[in-house]
This record gives sequence, structure tokens and C-alpha cells, in this order.
Amino acid sequence: MLLLPVRLWERVVAHCLDGLPLEACGLLAGHDGQVHEVYPTGNAAGSARLYTVQPKDLLRADRAAEGAGLALIGVWHSHTHTPAYPSPTDINQAPDPDWHYVVVSLSDTSPVLRSYRIVGGQAQEETVVTPA
Amino acid sequence: MTVEVRLPNILRPVAGGEASVEAEGASIGEVFDDLISRFPGLRDSLLTTDGEMHRHLNVFVNDDDVRYLGKLDAKVGDGDVVTLMPAVAGG
Repeated sequence: MLLLPVRLWERVVAHCLDGLPLEACGLLAGHDGQVHEVYPTGNAAGSARLYTVQPKDLLRADRAAEGAGLALIGVWHSHTHTPAYPSPTDINQAPDPDWHYVVVSLSDTSPVLRSYRIVGGQAQEETVVTPA
Repeated sequence: MTVEVRLPNILRPVAGGEASVEAEGASIGEVFDDLISRFPGLRDSLLTTDGEMHRHLNVFVNDDDVRYLGKLDAKVGDGDVVTLMPAVAGG
């Protein structure tokens, strides 16, 4: 389960919308599935179909999280024209089985945010709770 | 030169479980050689079969990305912090 406070849910989705027509991405920081902070990052791929978290933003986010007593626990990215399900590329390149992989689909009239655990090449959806 | 190497979670199990380790070398290539000699399980995460730096690995010397400093030839100094982070990417 991923606990993503609604104010952070809004920041994640806003960053995805701001990134259109390209995919947008960012990092989640917290503990034990509870997100306490989000770090919007640049998409070094500059693509509507691919994302790569800008390396310098990755380093900055890691340090900021550590400085706040948190850890990076996941990543989010947008799918501009496809559903909120991890693509084969997402699954193949998932770096950490302990992370939460959030996909935000912008293909419909309202954004759809879903979260997955990706272990051993398999994506398993998890519940997302958005407390106030 | 002695540097501190910070490891991401997924590499810690093959490096004695430590979040950071010390390593010796005057370049990233030498630091990697030292790490691999002590923790052979790191090799495939650091280097390709051709001995090049793995393209899915981010390596920073202090604040600088070694892709712009010569990759394995990037120089390191005593007390530098080398941070390893897997690329975060998808589609």
C-alpha cells in the first residue's frame, strides 16, 4: 500500500500536466510506504514515450531526502496517451524491488494515478490511499 | 587516494551490507577495480562485459556526473565522495 497525502498527490499530477506533451517524472521520499515528500525532476529523455530522471536531480533528491531523515522510496512518471499501467520498458528498467512505481495516465479527461511494486519482472498493483 | 563510496540499496547486499565503503584509487576506474577486487559481486553492476562503465549507472564525484569528466578516467582526490545510483528510467 502507498500512502500519498492528497497535497502530494496534487503536486505529482500537476508536474505531470506541466510536462505535457512530454512524459514527466519525479521521486517519492518517505518511509515504509508513507510518502512524506515528492521531488519533481527533469526528464532527461525529453520524450513523450520515455523518461529518465535527470541524473543531477536524482542526486539532489537523494541528498534532500537524506537531509530530511527520509529515503527515496519510489518514482512516478506520466503516460501521456496510454493507461496507468507499467510498460515493458518500465518493468525491465525498474531498479529497486523495494520501490513504489507510480504511473499517472493523462490519456483520459481526468488524471489516473496507480502504484505498483515491480519484482522479478512482474508488476503488482498496490492500493493508493490519499489522506488529507 | 582514499574515497568514500556511497552505495544504493540494491548494491549493498553484495558489498557487505554497508551503505558506504572506503576505496582506493586515483580515478573512477581504479576505484571500481578496488571495489571489484573486494566485492566481486559488484562487477556486473559497475561495468559492461567490455569493461566500460555501465550506462544504467549514475556515478558522481562529489556533485559532478562522471559522464562529463571522462567516465572511468575521471580523477578523484583524497576525501572525495563517490556516489553510485542506478538510472531511474522507463517508458
